[in-house]
Amino acid sequence: MVSENLVKNVVTEPYKYGFVTEIETEKISKGINEDTIRLISEKKEEPEFLLNFRLNAFKKWQKMKEPCWADLGYKEIDYQDIIYYSAPKQKEKISSLDEVDPKLLETFDKLGIPLTEQKKLTNVAVDAVFDSVSIATTFRKELAEHGVIFCSISEAVKDHSDLIKKYLGSVVPSNDNYFAALNSAVFSDGSFVYIPKGVKCPMDLSSYFRINSGDSGQFERTLIIAEESSSVSYLEGCTAPMFDTNTLHAAVVELIALDDASIKYSTVQNWYAGNEEGVGGIFNFVTKRGKCLGKRSKISWSQVETGSAITWKYPSCILLGEESVGEFYSVALTNNLQQADTGTKMIHIGPKTKSTIVSKGISAGNSVNSYRGLVKMGSKAIGSRNYSQCDSMLIGDQAAANTFPYIQSQQPNSEIEHEASTCRISEDQLFYLQSRGIEFEEAVSMMVSGFCRDVFNQLPMEFAAEADKLLALKLEGSVG
Amino acid sequence: MQSKTKEFNPILEVNNLFASTENLPILKGVSISVKPGEIHAIMGRNGCGKSTLSKIIAGHPSYTITKGEIKFTGQDIQSLEPEERAQSGIFLGFQYPIEIPGVSNLEFLRVATNARRKFLKKEELDTFDFEDLVKEKLDLVKMDSAFLSRSINQGFSGGEKKRNEILQMALLEPKIAILDETDSGLDIDALRVVASGIKKISNEKTGIILITHYQRLLDEIKPDYVHVMSDGQIIKTGESDLALELEKHGYEWTDNFSKKQ
Repeated sequence: MVSENLVKNVVTEPYKYGFVTEIETEKISKGINEDTIRLISEKKEEPEFLLNFRLNAFKKWQKMKEPCWADLGYKEIDYQDIIYYSAPKQKEKISSLDEVDPKLLETFDKLGIPLTEQKKLTNVAVDAVFDSVSIATTFRKELAEHGVIFCSISEAVKDHSDLIKKYLGSVVPSNDNYFAALNSAVFSDGSFVYIPKGVKCPMDLSSYFRINSGDSGQFERTLIIAEESSSVSYLEGCTAPMFDTNTLHAAVVELIALDDASIKYSTVQNWYAGNEEGVGGIFNFVTKRGKCLGKRSKISWSQVETGSAITWKYPSCILLGEESVGEFYSVALTNNLQQADTGTKMIHIGPKTKSTIVSKGISAGNSVNSYRGLVKMGSKAIGSRNYSQCDSMLIGDQAAANTFPYIQSQQPNSEIEHEASTCRISEDQLFYLQSRGIEFEEAVSMMVSGFCRDVFNQLPMEFAAEADKLLALKLEGSVG
Repeated sequence: MQSKTKEFNPILEVNNLFASTENLPILKGVSISVKPGEIHAIMGRNGCGKSTLSKIIAGHPSYTITKGEIKFTGQDIQSLEPEERAQSGIFLGFQYPIEIPGVSNLEFLRVATNARRKFLKKEELDTFDFEDLVKEKLDLVKMDSAFLSRSINQGFSGGEKKRNEILQMALLEPKIAILDETDSGLDIDALRVVASGIKKISNEKTGIILITHYQRLLDEIKPDYVHVMSDGQIIKTGESDLALELEKHGYEWTDNFSKKQ
C-alpha cells in the first residue's frame, strides 16, 4: 500500500553509535580454560577468595548446558572463539581523569557521556566501562561525603572486600544458569554501589557500558547494596560498534535492598542490533535479579530494550521481606530480524508482598518479540498480590509477538491478576492522524509512545525523553 | 445555475474522476466544483461511492485514481501526501472517527493545529497558548474540557466522536471541509449542536461538502447545491429542494435518472 512506497523513500537513520575507537588494547588469547581464569584474576590482582569463586563457577559451567527453552534461534556460540579479556592500554595506575587516554574520553564524549571535570553531567554520577575495564567514575568525592560508595567492581574487590565477600553471588548464585555461571567465571568489570543506612543517594548513579572490540565478549558484573532506609536510582546505558560478527554480552546484576530501602534500576539498552539482513549484532544474555531482603523494601526495574540481535533477560525480584514490593516496567522493541525473549520473575516468599508487571512489546519488520514471565506465590506469601499487564503491538504483517505467562501459587490467600492484549498499528489509524496534517513518521511515533506511556512514566526524566526519541529512530521506515 | 460567489475561482474541482480499490472500480467519472462560501450536499445509497470520494480527496492510500483529476485552489493534488493536503486546508470529517489508544486528544489536537499553522506561516502554539485556543473552540461544540485528557476517540460515544471531529475542523480552519455522514448516529440535540458548530466555523471563504442520507441535517444547514450519487457517478444535481424531493420519493426515484451531463 501507499505506506510501503513512502517507507522506501524514508532514509533509515543509521545506528549512531556504530563507530570503533582505534586504540591499543591488551587482549588475552581466545578461548576459555582454568588458565584463562587465573590470568584474568591475576591481571586484576584479585584476592584468593575471588579466584576461588571464579574457578568454582567455571567448574559448574563446564557441566552445564546452554539453555534452549527460549523462543530464539541462533547459530551455536563457539565459546573457545571468544576473547575473555580486552582492555585499552593505559598507565599502570591512574589517579585522576587527566591521565585517562584522551581517545577514551573522546569516545564517551561522542556517546553523549562526557566525563571530564569541565563537561561532566551535573546531576548524574557516571561509571564508564570500556570493554573489560572501568575507565572512570565521576563525582566519587561528592558521593563519599554522604558515605555512598560508587566505583568499579574491580576496585570494590580490593577496597571493600568484606562487602563483596558477603554479597557477591548471594542473589544470583554462580550456578544459577549457564550464562550467569560463565559470567561468574570470567567477569571483568562493572559497577559497585553501596548506599549506607538512612542515606538517600544525592544524585542518580549511572553506568555506561561500551563494547569496542569485535571479537571479545563483555562480561560485566554489577552489585548494588542499599542498607536500611536508604534509596538510590541507578541508570544503565549500553552501545556497541557495528561489526558483522556477533558479540557475546553476558552480564550479571545483583541488587540487595534491606529494611525500608528502595532501589530503582533503569536500563536503556541500545547495543548494535545487526543489519537489516540480520548480520552481526550483540547477543545479550543477561541475568538481573534483586533481592528484597528487608521488610517494606522495594526494587523497581524499568527497561527500554531496543538493541541487540538477541535479547535474553528477565530482571527479577525475590520478595523475601514482609510487605516488600517488586516492580517491572518494560518496553522491548524489535525490528528487522531482531529477537527478544524477555520478561521477569516475581518470587513472592514473604507475607503481604506486592508486585507489578507492565510489559510493552513492539515488533516490527521480521522480528520476534516474546514476553516470558513467572509469578510465584510461596506457601508463606499470605496476603500477597501481583498485577501483570502484557501488551503487544505489531507493526507490519511479518512481525511476531508471543506472551508466555507462568503462574504458580502455593498460597490460596494471595491474588494474581494477569491482563494481556495485542494490537496492530492500522492503516486507518495512520491515515486519521495524517489527514489532520501530522507527518507519517510522527504519527507512528505518537502511537508507539502512546502505547509505551505507562512504562515511560516510570523512567527518570532525562531517560524518558531519550527513550521516546530512540524508539522513533529505531522504527523509522519500519511501517509497511 | 447561478452561484452566489461568481467572482471566485473554485477551491475544489473534481474533474471526471475514476478510481478503484483492489482493482474494483468505485468512482466512474465524478465531477464536482466547490467555490468559497458554497455548501454542497452529496446524497445517495450506501455503497454508491460517496465516502470513497471523500477519502480520495483526503488522500487515503487504499484507492487508486485511474483517470481524471482533483484540483485544490487550482493545483493538482494527486501527488500530495494526506498530511500535505491537510496542512494546505483540506479537512475530512470521518464517518467513523478512529480510536487511538494512548495518544492524548489534547496533544493530538495541538500537533495537528501546529502543522496547519506552520503551513500558514503562523507562529506555532505552545501548550499554554494552545489550551486557551482549544477551550474557546470547545464551546462551539459544547464539549467539556475533560475530553482533552482522554485518548483520541477512545471510549467516546458516537455523538462525542462527531463533536470531536467538528472541534478539529474548528481548530484547523480548513478551506474546504468534507463532512462524511457527520449527522449519522446523532440524536436531535446532538445534531443541532454539530450543525450550529459547522455554521459558526464556516464563512464566506470556506467550502463545505456534506455527505448525508438525511434531510434533517440539511434543515439545519441549507445547501446551495444537492448532488445525487449512484454507482460511482453524480446522476443529478439541483438546489436544496432536490433533497426534499429525495426525502419524499426515496432513492428509487433517482433510479430513473440516467447519467447527468
